[in-house]
Amino acid sequence: MFGKLNWSAIPIDQPIPLITSMVLILIILGVLGLITAKGWWPYLWREWITTVDHKRIGIMYCLLGVVMLIRGFSDAIMMRSQQALAIHAAGYLPPEHYDQIFSAHGTIMIFFAAMPMVIGMMNFVTPLQLGVRDVAFPTMNSVSFWLTAAGALLVNMSLFIGEFARTGWLPYPPLSETAYSPGVGVDYYLWAVQISGVGTLMTGINFVTTVLKMRCPGMSYLRMPMFCWTTLAASLLIVAVFPILTATLAMLSLDRFFGWHFFTNTAGGNPMMFVNLIWAWGHPEVYILVLPAFGIFSEVFSTFSGKPLFGYRSMVAATLFICIVSMMVWLHHFFTMGSGPAVNTAFGIATSVIAVGTGVKIYNWIFTMYGGRVRFSVPMLWSLGFIFTFVIGGMTGVLLAVPPADFLVHNSMFLVAHFHNVIVGGVIFGLFAGLDYWFPKAFGFRLHQGWGKATFWFAIVGFWVTFAPLYWLGLEGMTRRLQHINVEAWRPMLYVSLFGVGLLVIGVICQVVMLVVSILRRDELRDVTGDPWDGRSLEWATPSPAPFFNFAVLPNVEGEEAYWGIKLRAIETQHLSPEPKYEPIEMPANSPVGFFTAFFATVTGFSLIWQIWWLAALGLVAAFAGFVVFAWRDVHDFHVPADEVARVDRARRAAREAEIERLAQQGALP
Amino acid sequence: MPAKVRNRTFRFGLATLPALSLCGCSGVLDPAGPVGKDDATILIDALAIMLAIVIPTILLAFWMAWRYRASNSKARYRPYWSYSGRIEAVVWAIPTLTIMFLGGVIWIGSYKLDPFRPLASKTPAEEVQVVALDWKWLFIYPKEGVASVNQLVVPAATPVHFSITSASVFNIFFVPRLGTMIYAMPGMVSQLSLQADRPGTLLGQSSHFSGDGFSDMGFQVKSVPPVQFAAWAQSAGGGGPVLDGAAYAALARQSQNVKPFTYRGVAPGLFLAIATQKIAPGPGPEPQNASHAGREVASGGRR
Repeated sequence: MFGKLNWSAIPIDQPIPLITSMVLILIILGVLGLITAKGWWPYLWREWITTVDHKRIGIMYCLLGVVMLIRGFSDAIMMRSQQALAIHAAGYLPPEHYDQIFSAHGTIMIFFAAMPMVIGMMNFVTPLQLGVRDVAFPTMNSVSFWLTAAGALLVNMSLFIGEFARTGWLPYPPLSETAYSPGVGVDYYLWAVQISGVGTLMTGINFVTTVLKMRCPGMSYLRMPMFCWTTLAASLLIVAVFPILTATLAMLSLDRFFGWHFFTNTAGGNPMMFVNLIWAWGHPEVYILVLPAFGIFSEVFSTFSGKPLFGYRSMVAATLFICIVSMMVWLHHFFTMGSGPAVNTAFGIATSVIAVGTGVKIYNWIFTMYGGRVRFSVPMLWSLGFIFTFVIGGMTGVLLAVPPADFLVHNSMFLVAHFHNVIVGGVIFGLFAGLDYWFPKAFGFRLHQGWGKATFWFAIVGFWVTFAPLYWLGLEGMTRRLQHINVEAWRPMLYVSLFGVGLLVIGVICQVVMLVVSILRRDELRDVTGDPWDGRSLEWATPSPAPFFNFAVLPNVEGEEAYWGIKLRAIETQHLSPEPKYEPIEMPANSPVGFFTAFFATVTGFSLIWQIWWLAALGLVAAFAGFVVFAWRDVHDFHVPADEVARVDRARRAAREAEIERLAQQGALP
Repeated sequence: MPAKVRNRTFRFGLATLPALSLCGCSGVLDPAGPVGKDDATILIDALAIMLAIVIPTILLAFWMAWRYRASNSKARYRPYWSYSGRIEAVVWAIPTLTIMFLGGVIWIGSYKLDPFRPLASKTPAEEVQVVALDWKWLFIYPKEGVASVNQLVVPAATPVHFSITSASVFNIFFVPRLGTMIYAMPGMVSQLSLQADRPGTLLGQSSHFSGDGFSDMGFQVKSVPPVQFAAWAQSAGGGGPVLDGAAYAALARQSQNVKPFTYRGVAPGLFLAIATQKIAPGPGPEPQNASHAGREVASGGRR
């Protein structure tokens, strides 16, 4: 009846996961109870759960990402402390638990923290920057989000019911085959990633279509802000490589469920095939993460230098160059498998060639500051911290692309330091810059700058104190994923690294405080004009928070930096352009199909993990039925009356007129 | 040192090596053999080549941000300046030239240090067959007809040719101070040639996660003078169990933190039988309590 599932799946004998999951369950029950007691369900259902508004979906993605970032960070604290405590000792985490923690850390950070935040930013910003009202497929967007959330839910359920994978964030066979991993851990990994992967693939399709087909009048390709270009590049990569991930994991599932032999030790299986396939997805994946972050930095450098981006066309070329070359380098993840010098040379050179594109970008950001008026606001601090951190991370990356050097530090703590160097220094710093930068557009008030700066300094110092020792340990020969350490010489650096984690914890606390303080002081941090940073692209043409229809009248773009042109004209004439004729707007209607599908996808995933076949079939049929009902719906959209559009837009215009008036009185206008 | 330093760039790296070993590192930057030395030289060279542009770039970024800070009224504001063909040419050229140079290092280095390539030496190479097991290392000496677990004894100043396979899951055979690591994979044989220049004791390990007992997959590498090596082989041949089919089956079961020991004899063709999987792969975990649904609570063989 219940497949492999019985009461012994609950880890009663393991206090750490048991207590953690009890606390989590209590918190979740508390939140649900509060929502029920306050009667917030109808509001949540109407405005958030069933929403198809790209901004709301973007915010939910970011929220999911931040929560999972904290979950992944607590795993990181446990890993660093375990290694520091387990030098010639057992530490507090036995191998069967420690192995789950580093596997969960990688899986959660990549799939459920970084990806949702990156996709959240793409969701929130791209349609606004393109001057349109929504993405190409709004309901599919909602399905994407809820499927991602379903995957995250499954990963976290493994804490309480059963176990998570003990095979690393990429489950290399034969270790991940049933012969060596008979538990459900790998199955949790497989189905969580499969379900969220479907969501990600749909996001890719959605954003390729949006950027190609949904630009406002006059927004030609070479007038798009850099962030839109990076969204396009990342989405193209998603469409190109996520099917590889899905197919690879499906093959591993067939091995595990039905005893097939794609990657097994015996009967002609080839585990190296898995390694090739997973990295053919895995390497482009890091560019899917980092390209949108590059886009954020481009926006920030230009805005906070008060100048257009230097070498815009060259930036576009570099982005597309990285997009294409990133698919030709996967073998550098296993130079040490002995492919032979010709293959290693080809992939080594291809890998370092990516540094040309990245290098050009770095120089263009630097020259964007040249002749500018650089304001050191929080997003700019993250961006400067990024240049410093990422350039060093890129350098160690190219070092790892030199096969003989890789022969010494492959899979070592040096490698761990390298990829945290680029993913934290590139992706996470970029996302934090983006959060601070676009927060007022989402919520109507800015984040507190003082606490933001404190966060930045603790984060960057903490980062280097944590990871510089790991570079050193890698050169000392320390490999990664050690549950306990038998070499005395590594002790000091492991302690230094743990101390760095302490600084990062303070950084996280500062960030939470920043959020709380900003909410409490939201009235004094209010963004009245909708353009708090003196921005240059179209999202700043809307009021903060942006209305659900984004633009009362679609803008007409006449050059690069669409909003900057509009703003200059208003400043020169000291007036806004004449009031347009407001017309009713057609907007897509809310739909519960995303939530519905994801709910049954979770049921299906869970029952596949535990091999409860009847429930899996039921879940699949129900999810499919949801789609069918959606396809036969009668009401696709609704109209916003012209009066309502006019009311919202007149308020925006009044605020802007007042700002021009204020500037004129200050004598700040020409 | 048999491998002649050919490339001029390698010489610079060699000059910096002693300086680095002064700062107390004991790992890959303090190589104990020719392969490690050449690997480390390339690592240092590549690092030096890149630092030559990375450091100026970082300094330029900070200088630019500081020089053009909004409060600096001395710096001229150029609100529309966003293109310069000359700067574009330079910023594409710098990374391109650097990578072309580095590409040369990659090319030469990859061929020179191909792990499968035998070391040039007058002394004939010692053969060692390596099997990664859950979770220990088996070293078979075909010429001497002995085998050892978790202890690798090699003659100093003699090239050692390793044939490496795995009986179960992926591992990596790595002795950091000897250089170049390589995967141990089931059904496949990797080859690697290393040499320890002087007698000494080194640390060896697995560098690819292989399961619960992974942390104790370290092994001791003893580089001893050739005479002493012969003596060791003889004494190993004088006592201890024989590694036949039954002994191998017992050894292949999962166990952790295995203390080094030797076999006085090895069944002929054992390595080939493991590598070609004529002998079934290692059995994987044997749960102590099958009622734990879905959880591999038992870690086979933990003592």
